[in-house]
Amino acid sequence: MSRVRLLWRKSLNAVMLTLTGVAAFAVVSVLFLILGYLIWNGGRSLNWDFFTQLPKPVGEEGGGMANAIVGSLKLLFLAAVMGLPVGLIAGVYLAEFGGKTFSFVVRYTTDLLNGVPSIVIGIFAYSLAVLPVKHFSALAGGVALGIMVIPITVRSSEEFLRAIPGSLREGAMALGASRWRTIATVVLPAASGGILTGMLLSLARVAGETAPLLFTAFSNRFWSPGWGQPIASLPVMIYTYAIAPYDDWHRQAWAAGLILLGLVLLANLGCRLALRGRGMGRS
Amino acid sequence: MRVAEKISAASEKEALVRFEISDLNFYYGAKQAVFGLNLKIPKNRVTALIGPSGCGKSTFLRTLNRMNETIRHTRVSGKILLDGQDILQMDVVGLRRRVGMVFQRPNPFPKSIYDNVAYGLRINGYKGRLDELVEHSLRRAALWEEVKDYLKKSAFALSGGQQQRLCIARALAVDPEVLLLDEPCSALDPVTTAKIEELMFHLKDSCTMAIVTHNMQQAARASDFTAFMLDGKLIEHSETSKLFTTPTDPRTEAYITGRFG
Repeated sequence: MSRVRLLWRKSLNAVMLTLTGVAAFAVVSVLFLILGYLIWNGGRSLNWDFFTQLPKPVGEEGGGMANAIVGSLKLLFLAAVMGLPVGLIAGVYLAEFGGKTFSFVVRYTTDLLNGVPSIVIGIFAYSLAVLPVKHFSALAGGVALGIMVIPITVRSSEEFLRAIPGSLREGAMALGASRWRTIATVVLPAASGGILTGMLLSLARVAGETAPLLFTAFSNRFWSPGWGQPIASLPVMIYTYAIAPYDDWHRQAWAAGLILLGLVLLANLGCRLALRGRGMGRS
Repeated sequence: MRVAEKISAASEKEALVRFEISDLNFYYGAKQAVFGLNLKIPKNRVTALIGPSGCGKSTFLRTLNRMNETIRHTRVSGKILLDGQDILQMDVVGLRRRVGMVFQRPNPFPKSIYDNVAYGLRINGYKGRLDELVEHSLRRAALWEEVKDYLKKSAFALSGGQQQRLCIARALAVDPEVLLLDEPCSALDPVTTAKIEELMFHLKDSCTMAIVTHNMQQAARASDFTAFMLDGKLIEHSETSKLFTTPTDPRTEAYITGRFG
Protein backbone atom coordinates (compact mmCIF):
# COMPACT_ATOMS: atom_id res chain seq x y z
CA MET A 1 0.00 0.00 0.00
CA SER A 2 2.69 2.48 0.99
CA ARG A 3 4.73 1.55 -2.05
CA VAL A 4 1.91 2.66 -4.31
CA ARG A 5 1.66 5.91 -2.34
CA LEU A 6 5.36 6.51 -2.78
CA LEU A 7 5.15 5.93 -6.52
CA TRP A 8 2.16 8.26 -6.75
CA ARG A 9 3.97 11.00 -4.87
CA LYS A 10 7.07 10.63 -6.96
CA SER A 11 5.23 10.73 -10.26
CA LEU A 12 3.13 13.69 -9.11
CA ASN A 13 6.34 15.54 -8.24
CA ALA A 14 7.81 14.73 -11.63
CA VAL A 15 4.67 15.89 -13.45
CA MET A 16 4.56 19.17 -11.56
CA LEU A 17 8.27 19.78 -12.10
CA THR A 18 7.84 19.18 -15.81
CA LEU A 19 4.77 21.39 -16.03
CA THR A 20 6.41 24.29 -14.20
CA GLY A 21 9.58 23.86 -16.24
CA VAL A 22 7.66 23.84 -19.51
CA ALA A 23 5.69 26.93 -18.50
CA ALA A 24 8.85 28.80 -17.53
CA PHE A 25 10.46 27.77 -20.78
CA ALA A 26 7.42 28.95 -22.72
CA VAL A 27 7.64 32.38 -21.13
CA VAL A 28 11.29 32.76 -21.95
CA SER A 29 10.90 31.44 -25.48
CA VAL A 30 8.13 33.92 -26.29
CA LEU A 31 10.50 36.77 -25.62
CA PHE A 32 13.27 35.12 -27.58
CA LEU A 33 10.92 34.35 -30.47
CA ILE A 34 9.86 38.00 -30.68
CA LEU A 35 13.47 39.10 -30.41
CA GLY A 36 14.60 36.60 -32.99
CA TYR A 37 11.85 37.51 -35.41
CA LEU A 38 12.57 41.21 -35.00
CA ILE A 39 16.30 40.78 -35.38
CA TRP A 40 15.88 38.63 -38.45
CA ASN A 41 13.41 40.88 -40.20
CA GLY A 42 14.50 44.21 -38.87
CA GLY A 43 18.20 43.62 -38.82
CA ARG A 44 18.24 43.30 -42.58
CA SER A 45 16.80 46.77 -43.03
CA LEU A 46 18.83 48.61 -40.45
CA ASN A 47 21.25 50.88 -42.19
CA TRP A 48 22.66 54.34 -41.90
CA ASP A 49 19.78 55.71 -43.96
CA PHE A 50 17.28 54.54 -41.40
CA PHE A 51 18.80 56.76 -38.75
CA THR A 52 19.49 59.81 -40.83
CA GLN A 53 16.89 60.14 -43.57
CA LEU A 54 13.33 61.33 -43.55
CA PRO A 55 10.51 59.13 -44.87
CA LYS A 56 10.30 59.21 -48.61
CA PRO A 57 7.04 60.07 -50.42
CA VAL A 58 4.52 57.26 -50.70
CA GLY A 59 5.53 54.71 -53.28
CA GLU A 60 9.22 55.55 -53.37
CA GLU A 61 11.73 53.11 -51.97
CA GLY A 62 14.24 53.89 -49.28
CA GLY A 63 14.23 56.68 -46.78
CA GLY A 64 14.44 56.39 -43.05
CA MET A 65 12.85 57.33 -39.76
CA ALA A 66 15.15 59.95 -38.41
CA ASN A 67 12.23 62.21 -37.54
CA ALA A 68 10.44 59.43 -35.67
CA ILE A 69 13.50 58.63 -33.59
CA VAL A 70 13.97 62.26 -32.67
CA GLY A 71 10.22 62.60 -32.22
CA SER A 72 10.07 59.76 -29.72
CA LEU A 73 12.93 61.32 -27.80
CA LYS A 74 11.20 64.69 -27.73
CA LEU A 75 7.98 63.11 -26.53
CA LEU A 76 9.80 61.21 -23.80
CA PHE A 77 11.50 64.42 -22.75
CA LEU A 78 8.12 66.13 -22.42
CA ALA A 79 6.67 63.17 -20.54
CA ALA A 80 9.65 63.26 -18.19
CA VAL A 81 9.36 66.97 -17.52
CA MET A 82 5.63 66.77 -16.88
CA GLY A 83 5.27 63.45 -15.09
CA LEU A 84 8.47 62.67 -13.17
CA PRO A 85 8.54 65.61 -10.72
CA VAL A 86 4.87 65.15 -9.87
CA GLY A 87 5.38 61.42 -9.38
CA LEU A 88 8.47 61.88 -7.23
CA ILE A 89 6.98 64.49 -4.95
CA ALA A 90 3.79 62.50 -4.54
CA GLY A 91 5.95 59.48 -3.69
CA VAL A 92 7.79 61.55 -1.10
CA TYR A 93 4.48 62.59 0.42
CA LEU A 94 3.24 59.02 0.63
CA ALA A 95 6.44 57.72 2.14
CA GLU A 96 7.19 60.52 4.59
CA PHE A 97 3.96 62.23 5.50
CA GLY A 98 0.37 61.42 4.80
CA GLY A 99 -2.36 60.48 7.17
CA LYS A 100 -3.85 57.03 6.92
CA THR A 101 -6.98 57.86 4.96
CA PHE A 102 -5.51 60.32 2.50
CA SER A 103 -2.55 58.07 1.75
CA PHE A 104 -4.88 55.19 1.11
CA VAL A 105 -6.92 57.30 -1.30
CA VAL A 106 -3.80 58.51 -3.11
CA ARG A 107 -2.38 55.02 -3.48
CA TYR A 108 -5.66 53.58 -4.63
CA THR A 109 -6.27 56.25 -7.25
CA THR A 110 -2.66 55.91 -8.42
CA ASP A 111 -3.20 52.21 -9.00
CA LEU A 112 -6.47 52.96 -10.78
CA LEU A 113 -4.75 55.49 -13.00
CA ASN A 114 -2.15 52.88 -13.79
CA GLY A 115 -4.89 50.58 -14.98
CA VAL A 116 -6.68 53.08 -17.21
CA PRO A 117 -6.35 51.93 -20.83
CA SER A 118 -3.81 54.04 -22.65
CA ILE A 119 -6.27 54.96 -25.37
CA VAL A 120 -8.60 56.46 -22.79
CA ILE A 121 -5.74 58.60 -21.53
CA GLY A 122 -5.19 59.56 -25.15
CA ILE A 123 -8.79 60.73 -25.44
CA PHE A 124 -8.41 62.69 -22.23
CA ALA A 125 -5.28 64.38 -23.48
CA TYR A 126 -7.03 65.01 -26.79
CA SER A 127 -9.85 66.93 -25.15
CA LEU A 128 -7.41 68.75 -22.91
CA ALA A 129 -4.64 69.71 -25.31
CA VAL A 130 -5.84 69.23 -28.87
CA LEU A 131 -9.46 70.42 -29.00
CA PRO A 132 -8.88 73.88 -27.48
CA VAL A 133 -6.20 74.72 -30.05
CA LYS A 134 -7.68 72.63 -32.86
CA HIS A 135 -4.48 70.95 -33.92
CA PHE A 136 -2.29 68.03 -32.94
CA SER A 137 0.98 68.76 -31.22
CA ALA A 138 4.01 67.26 -29.57
CA LEU A 139 2.89 68.95 -26.39
CA ALA A 140 -0.39 67.05 -26.39
CA GLY A 141 1.50 63.80 -26.90
CA GLY A 142 3.77 64.75 -24.02
CA VAL A 143 0.75 65.37 -21.82
CA ALA A 144 -0.67 61.94 -22.60
CA LEU A 145 2.61 60.16 -21.94
CA GLY A 146 3.27 62.33 -18.88
CA ILE A 147 0.01 61.21 -17.31
CA MET A 148 1.03 57.61 -17.87
CA VAL A 149 4.42 58.12 -16.29
CA ILE A 150 2.98 59.42 -13.01
CA PRO A 151 1.57 56.26 -11.38
CA ILE A 152 4.69 54.17 -12.00
CA THR A 153 6.94 56.92 -10.66
CA VAL A 154 4.80 57.47 -7.57
CA ARG A 155 4.81 53.82 -6.57
CA SER A 156 8.47 53.16 -7.26
CA SER A 157 9.63 56.35 -5.53
CA GLU A 158 7.51 55.52 -2.51
CA GLU A 159 8.85 51.99 -2.38
CA PHE A 160 12.49 53.06 -2.49
CA LEU A 161 11.97 55.81 0.07
CA ARG A 162 10.28 53.40 2.45
CA ALA A 163 13.26 51.07 2.14
CA ILE A 164 15.45 53.67 3.83
CA PRO A 165 15.49 52.74 7.54
CA GLY A 166 13.90 55.09 10.03
CA SER A 167 17.09 55.15 12.09
CA LEU A 168 18.69 57.32 9.41
CA ARG A 169 15.91 59.87 9.69
CA GLU A 170 16.16 59.81 13.48
CA GLY A 171 19.90 60.40 13.29
CA ALA A 172 19.42 63.49 11.14
CA MET A 173 16.57 64.88 13.22
CA ALA A 174 18.53 64.39 16.43
CA LEU A 175 21.16 66.72 14.94
CA GLY A 176 18.58 69.44 14.53
CA ALA A 177 17.51 68.84 10.94
CA SER A 178 13.91 69.73 10.19
CA ARG A 179 11.60 67.27 8.49
CA TRP A 180 12.08 68.53 4.95
CA ARG A 181 15.80 68.95 5.43
CA THR A 182 16.13 65.36 6.59
CA ILE A 183 14.29 64.22 3.49
CA ALA A 184 16.26 66.43 1.12
CA THR A 185 19.75 65.83 2.50
CA VAL A 186 19.63 62.28 3.84
CA VAL A 187 16.66 60.24 2.67
CA LEU A 188 16.46 61.26 -0.98
CA PRO A 189 20.20 60.94 -1.63
CA ALA A 190 20.15 57.51 -0.03
CA ALA A 191 17.24 56.38 -2.21
CA SER A 192 18.39 58.20 -5.33
CA GLY A 193 19.72 55.13 -7.10
CA GLY A 194 16.46 53.26 -6.89
CA ILE A 195 14.35 56.31 -7.64
CA LEU A 196 16.31 57.17 -10.78
CA THR A 197 16.08 53.66 -12.11
CA GLY A 198 12.35 53.65 -11.39
CA MET A 199 12.03 56.82 -13.44
CA LEU A 200 14.03 55.32 -16.29
CA LEU A 201 11.83 52.25 -16.29
CA SER A 202 8.66 54.31 -16.37
CA LEU A 203 9.97 56.20 -19.41
CA ALA A 204 10.94 52.94 -21.07
CA ARG A 205 7.41 51.73 -20.57
CA VAL A 206 5.69 54.68 -22.16
CA ALA A 207 8.22 54.81 -24.99
CA GLY A 208 6.29 52.12 -26.82
CA GLU A 209 2.76 53.42 -26.25
CA THR A 210 0.95 53.96 -29.52
CA ALA A 211 -2.73 54.49 -28.76
CA PRO A 212 -2.43 57.73 -26.78
CA LEU A 213 -0.27 59.25 -29.49
CA LEU A 214 -2.68 58.51 -32.33
CA PHE A 215 -4.81 61.54 -31.65
CA THR A 216 -2.51 63.78 -29.68
CA ALA A 217 0.84 63.87 -31.40
CA PHE A 218 -0.59 62.30 -34.52
CA SER A 219 2.29 61.88 -36.92
CA ASN A 220 4.48 63.80 -39.31
CA ARG A 221 6.39 62.88 -42.42
CA PHE A 222 8.83 65.72 -41.88
CA TRP A 223 10.71 67.29 -39.05
CA SER A 224 8.56 68.84 -36.36
CA PRO A 225 10.01 72.15 -35.16
CA GLY A 226 9.14 73.35 -31.69
CA TRP A 227 6.50 71.71 -29.56
CA GLY A 228 3.24 72.83 -31.11
CA GLN A 229 3.15 70.73 -34.25
CA PRO A 230 2.23 67.11 -34.96
CA ILE A 231 5.26 64.93 -34.47
CA ALA A 232 6.34 61.49 -35.67
CA SER A 233 7.15 58.76 -33.20
CA LEU A 234 8.44 55.23 -33.55
CA PRO A 235 5.35 53.36 -32.34
CA VAL A 236 2.98 55.32 -34.59
CA MET A 237 5.28 54.86 -37.56
CA ILE A 238 5.29 51.13 -36.95
CA TYR A 239 1.51 51.18 -36.91
CA THR A 240 1.26 53.23 -40.10
CA TYR A 241 3.89 51.26 -42.00
CA ALA A 242 2.84 47.81 -40.92
CA ILE A 243 -0.70 48.06 -42.24
CA ALA A 244 0.36 49.68 -45.51
CA PRO A 245 0.57 47.66 -48.75
CA TYR A 246 4.23 48.35 -49.44
CA ASP A 247 6.88 45.74 -48.71
CA ASP A 248 9.51 48.38 -48.27
CA TRP A 249 7.40 49.97 -45.55
CA HIS A 250 6.98 46.60 -43.84
CA ARG A 251 10.71 46.22 -43.81
CA GLN A 252 11.12 49.63 -42.21
CA ALA A 253 8.44 48.84 -39.65
CA TRP A 254 10.43 45.80 -38.55
CA ALA A 255 13.52 47.93 -38.17
CA ALA A 256 11.64 50.46 -36.07
CA GLY A 257 10.26 47.70 -33.90
CA LEU A 258 13.75 46.38 -33.35
CA ILE A 259 15.02 49.81 -32.32
CA LEU A 260 12.17 50.29 -29.90
CA LEU A 261 12.53 46.89 -28.29
CA GLY A 262 16.27 47.33 -28.14
CA LEU A 263 15.90 50.62 -26.27
CA VAL A 264 13.44 49.14 -23.79
CA LEU A 265 15.61 46.09 -23.18
CA LEU A 266 18.68 48.26 -22.74
CA ALA A 267 16.90 50.44 -20.18
CA ASN A 268 15.65 47.42 -18.24
CA LEU A 269 18.99 45.64 -18.21
CA GLY A 270 20.83 48.81 -17.28
CA CYS A 271 18.48 49.40 -14.37
CA ARG A 272 18.87 45.90 -13.06
CA LEU A 273 22.64 46.12 -13.19
CA ALA A 274 22.69 49.54 -11.54
CA LEU A 275 20.40 48.40 -8.75
CA ARG A 276 22.39 45.26 -8.09
CA GLY A 277 25.53 47.32 -7.74
CA ARG A 278 23.91 49.29 -4.95
CA GLY A 279 22.98 46.19 -3.04
CA MET A 280 19.27 46.94 -3.13
CA GLY A 281 17.66 44.02 -4.83
CA ARG A 282 14.39 44.43 -6.61
CA SER A 283 12.61 41.29 -7.75
CA MET B 1 29.83 66.59 44.80
CA ARG B 2 27.48 65.36 47.53
CA VAL B 3 23.76 65.24 47.05
CA ALA B 4 23.22 66.79 50.53
CA GLU B 5 25.37 69.78 49.63
CA LYS B 6 23.42 70.30 46.46
CA ILE B 7 20.10 70.54 48.28
CA SER B 8 21.39 73.11 50.76
CA ALA B 9 22.90 75.48 48.20
CA ALA B 10 19.72 76.82 46.68
CA SER B 11 21.23 79.53 44.50
CA GLU B 12 24.03 77.29 43.42
CA LYS B 13 21.53 74.64 42.39
CA GLU B 14 20.59 76.37 39.18
CA ALA B 15 24.22 76.58 38.09
CA LEU B 16 24.98 72.97 38.97
CA VAL B 17 21.94 71.45 37.37
CA ARG B 18 21.59 71.13 33.63
CA PHE B 19 18.18 69.50 33.34
CA GLU B 20 15.38 69.91 35.83
CA ILE B 21 12.45 67.62 35.25
CA SER B 22 9.24 68.19 37.21
CA ASP B 23 6.18 66.00 37.27
CA LEU B 24 6.76 64.49 33.86
CA ASN B 25 4.04 62.29 32.45
CA PHE B 26 4.30 60.65 29.05
CA TYR B 27 1.65 58.84 27.03
CA TYR B 28 1.81 56.63 23.97
CA GLY B 29 -1.77 57.18 22.85
CA ALA B 30 -3.87 56.04 25.78
CA LYS B 31 -1.08 54.12 27.48
CA GLN B 32 0.92 56.00 30.08
CA ALA B 33 4.63 55.20 30.05
CA VAL B 34 6.07 57.69 32.52
CA PHE B 35 4.39 58.66 35.80
CA GLY B 36 5.12 61.90 37.61
CA LEU B 37 8.87 61.86 37.20
CA ASN B 38 11.01 64.37 39.09
CA LEU B 39 14.71 64.44 38.44
CA LYS B 40 17.65 66.82 38.34
CA ILE B 41 20.46 65.99 35.95
CA PRO B 42 23.69 67.60 37.13
CA LYS B 43 25.91 69.58 34.84
CA ASN B 44 29.15 68.09 33.52
CA ARG B 45 28.46 64.73 35.03
CA VAL B 46 27.34 61.38 33.72
CA THR B 47 23.92 60.27 34.91
CA ALA B 48 22.97 56.67 34.24
CA LEU B 49 19.38 55.49 33.87
CA ILE B 50 18.92 51.87 34.80
CA GLY B 51 15.93 49.61 35.14
CA PRO B 52 14.33 46.52 33.66
CA SER B 53 13.12 46.38 30.06
CA GLY B 54 10.04 48.45 29.46
CA CYS B 55 10.44 50.60 32.55
CA GLY B 56 10.39 53.77 30.49
CA LYS B 57 14.01 54.83 30.68
CA SER B 58 14.49 55.14 26.91
CA THR B 59 11.13 56.89 26.60
CA PHE B 60 12.19 59.33 29.28
CA LEU B 61 15.57 59.92 27.66
CA ARG B 62 13.92 60.72 24.36
CA THR B 63 11.69 63.35 25.95
CA LEU B 64 14.79 65.31 26.81
CA ASN B 65 15.38 66.21 23.17
CA ARG B 66 11.76 65.78 22.15
CA MET B 67 12.54 62.89 19.81
CA ASN B 68 9.30 61.26 20.88
CA GLU B 69 7.47 63.88 18.88
CA THR B 70 8.46 62.00 15.73
CA ILE B 71 6.10 59.24 16.83
CA ARG B 72 2.41 59.82 16.33
CA HIS B 73 -0.15 60.12 19.10
CA THR B 74 2.32 60.80 21.90
CA ARG B 75 1.60 63.27 24.66
CA VAL B 76 3.80 64.80 27.30
CA SER B 77 2.89 66.88 30.33
CA GLY B 78 4.97 68.45 33.05
CA LYS B 79 8.01 70.68 32.92
CA ILE B 80 11.46 70.01 31.58
CA LEU B 81 13.85 72.87 32.16
CA LEU B 82 17.17 73.11 30.37
CA ASP B 83 19.22 75.76 32.16
CA GLY B 84 15.98 77.26 33.35
CA GLN B 85 14.17 77.29 29.99
CA ASP B 86 11.22 75.02 29.37
CA ILE B 87 12.17 72.84 26.43
CA LEU B 88 8.54 72.19 25.56
CA GLN B 89 8.16 75.85 24.70
CA MET B 90 11.43 76.06 22.86
CA ASP B 91 12.05 75.73 19.15
CA VAL B 92 12.61 72.00 18.75
CA VAL B 93 15.34 72.35 16.13
CA GLY B 94 17.28 74.72 18.38
CA LEU B 95 16.83 72.31 21.27
CA ARG B 96 18.24 69.39 19.33
CA ARG B 97 21.34 71.36 18.46
CA ARG B 98 22.01 71.81 22.16
CA VAL B 99 21.01 68.31 23.19
CA GLY B 100 22.51 65.60 21.01
CA MET B 101 21.71 61.92 20.88
CA VAL B 102 23.52 58.68 20.17
CA PHE B 103 21.33 55.69 19.42
CA GLN B 104 21.46 52.05 20.31
CA ARG B 105 22.42 50.89 16.86
CA PRO B 106 24.99 52.94 14.94
CA ASN B 107 23.15 54.89 12.24
CA PRO B 108 25.74 56.64 10.07
CA PHE B 109 24.48 58.30 6.92
CA PRO B 110 25.34 56.71 3.59
CA LYS B 111 27.95 59.40 3.02
CA SER B 112 31.67 59.64 3.59
CA ILE B 113 33.13 59.76 7.10
CA TYR B 114 33.92 63.43 6.62
CA ASP B 115 30.43 64.29 5.40
CA ASN B 116 28.87 62.41 8.31
CA VAL B 117 30.69 64.49 10.88
CA ALA B 118 30.25 67.69 8.88
CA TYR B 119 26.51 67.13 8.40
CA GLY B 120 25.40 68.80 11.60
CA LEU B 121 27.72 71.73 10.93
CA ARG B 122 26.52 72.18 7.39
CA ILE B 123 22.83 72.19 8.19
CA ASN B 124 23.49 74.79 10.87
CA GLY B 125 24.94 77.05 8.22
CA TYR B 126 28.42 76.94 9.63
CA LYS B 127 30.71 78.55 7.10
CA GLY B 128 34.03 78.36 8.82
CA ARG B 129 36.85 75.86 8.71
CA LEU B 130 35.07 72.54 8.53
CA ASP B 131 38.26 70.48 8.32
CA GLU B 132 39.44 71.55 11.75
CA LEU B 133 36.10 70.96 13.39
CA VAL B 134 35.76 67.55 11.81
CA GLU B 135 39.18 66.60 13.09
CA HIS B 136 38.39 67.97 16.54
CA SER B 137 35.16 66.00 16.78
CA LEU B 138 36.81 62.80 15.59
CA ARG B 139 39.53 63.27 18.19
CA ARG B 140 36.98 63.77 20.95
CA ALA B 141 35.32 60.55 19.86
CA ALA B 142 38.66 58.71 19.92
CA LEU B 143 38.37 57.88 16.23
CA TRP B 144 40.73 60.31 14.53
CA GLU B 145 43.84 58.13 14.49
CA GLU B 146 41.97 55.28 12.87
CA VAL B 147 40.30 57.22 10.08
CA LYS B 148 42.44 60.27 9.42
CA ASP B 149 43.71 58.88 6.12
CA TYR B 150 40.32 57.63 4.99
CA LEU B 151 38.02 60.58 5.54
CA LYS B 152 36.49 60.28 2.09
CA LYS B 153 35.63 56.63 2.47
CA SER B 154 32.05 55.57 3.02
CA ALA B 155 30.99 55.37 6.63
CA PHE B 156 29.77 51.84 6.00
CA ALA B 157 33.32 50.68 5.49
CA LEU B 158 33.88 51.04 9.25
CA SER B 159 33.30 48.34 11.82
CA GLY B 160 30.33 48.50 14.20
CA GLY B 161 32.35 50.00 17.02
CA GLN B 162 33.94 52.56 14.71
CA GLN B 163 30.54 53.47 13.28
CA GLN B 164 29.21 54.11 16.77
CA ARG B 165 32.18 56.34 17.56
CA LEU B 166 31.52 58.09 14.26
CA CYS B 167 27.96 58.73 15.39
CA ILE B 168 29.33 60.14 18.62
CA ALA B 169 31.72 62.37 16.65
CA ARG B 170 28.81 63.46 14.48
CA ALA B 171 26.76 64.37 17.53
CA LEU B 172 29.70 66.18 19.12
CA ALA B 173 30.47 68.22 16.00
CA VAL B 174 27.75 70.75 16.78
CA ASP B 175 29.17 71.12 20.30
CA PRO B 176 26.08 70.17 22.27
CA GLU B 177 25.71 71.05 25.92
CA VAL B 178 24.14 67.67 26.62
CA LEU B 179 24.69 64.28 25.06
CA LEU B 180 22.01 61.64 25.47
CA LEU B 181 23.15 58.07 24.94
CA ASP B 182 20.54 55.35 24.51
CA GLU B 183 22.30 52.05 25.26
CA PRO B 184 25.18 53.04 22.97
CA CYS B 185 27.28 49.96 23.69
CA SER B 186 24.65 47.23 23.61
CA ALA B 187 25.57 46.25 20.05
CA LEU B 188 29.32 46.47 20.65
CA ASP B 189 32.10 44.26 21.93
CA PRO B 190 33.74 44.83 25.35
CA VAL B 191 36.89 46.41 23.96
CA THR B 192 34.94 49.05 22.04
CA THR B 193 32.66 49.51 25.04
CA ALA B 194 35.68 50.29 27.18
CA LYS B 195 36.88 52.82 24.60
CA ILE B 196 33.52 54.56 24.61
CA GLU B 197 33.36 54.65 28.40
CA GLU B 198 36.80 56.21 28.43
CA LEU B 199 35.82 58.88 25.97
CA MET B 200 32.75 59.64 28.07
CA PHE B 201 35.05 60.28 31.01
CA HIS B 202 37.03 62.80 28.99
CA LEU B 203 33.90 64.45 27.65
CA LYS B 204 32.53 65.29 31.07
CA ASP B 205 34.35 68.61 31.24
CA SER B 206 32.55 69.98 28.23
CA CYS B 207 29.38 67.99 28.10
CA THR B 208 26.64 66.77 30.38
CA MET B 209 25.70 63.17 29.69
CA ALA B 210 22.74 60.94 30.38
CA ILE B 211 23.11 57.30 29.47
CA VAL B 212 20.50 54.57 29.44
CA THR B 213 22.07 51.24 30.06
CA HIS B 214 21.05 47.67 30.68
CA ASN B 215 24.51 46.90 31.90
CA MET B 216 24.78 47.61 35.59
CA GLN B 217 28.50 47.14 35.63
CA GLN B 218 28.72 49.87 33.03
CA ALA B 219 26.54 52.15 35.13
CA ALA B 220 28.70 51.48 38.15
CA ARG B 221 31.90 52.08 36.17
CA ALA B 222 31.07 55.01 34.01
CA SER B 223 28.53 57.21 35.79
CA ASP B 224 28.56 59.71 38.64
CA PHE B 225 24.85 59.55 39.39
CA THR B 226 22.39 56.78 38.78
CA ALA B 227 18.62 56.82 38.54
CA PHE B 228 16.66 53.60 38.90
CA MET B 229 13.31 53.39 37.16
CA LEU B 230 10.58 50.80 37.42
CA ASP B 231 7.24 50.70 35.59
CA GLY B 232 7.54 54.30 34.46
CA LYS B 233 8.34 55.69 37.90
CA LEU B 234 11.60 56.95 39.32
CA ILE B 235 12.34 54.81 42.32
CA GLU B 236 15.69 56.11 43.46
CA HIS B 237 18.29 58.61 42.32
CA SER B 238 21.61 59.24 43.99
CA GLU B 239 25.36 59.10 43.57
CA THR B 240 26.35 55.91 41.80
CA SER B 241 28.59 54.62 44.56
CA LYS B 242 25.87 55.14 47.12
CA LEU B 243 23.10 53.59 45.03
CA PHE B 244 25.07 50.45 44.32
CA THR B 245 26.38 49.88 47.81
CA THR B 246 23.62 51.16 50.09
CA PRO B 247 20.39 51.63 48.13
CA THR B 248 17.54 53.03 50.18
CA ASP B 249 14.62 51.40 48.34
CA PRO B 250 14.19 47.60 48.56
CA ARG B 251 13.20 47.45 44.91
CA THR B 252 16.49 49.06 43.92
CA GLU B 253 18.35 46.51 45.95
CA ALA B 254 16.36 43.69 44.37
CA TYR B 255 17.21 44.95 40.90
CA ILE B 256 20.91 45.54 41.37
CA THR B 257 21.42 42.23 43.06
CA GLY B 258 19.83 40.55 40.10
CA ARG B 259 16.70 39.28 41.73
CA PHE B 260 14.69 40.53 38.76
CA GLY B 261 15.10 42.52 35.56
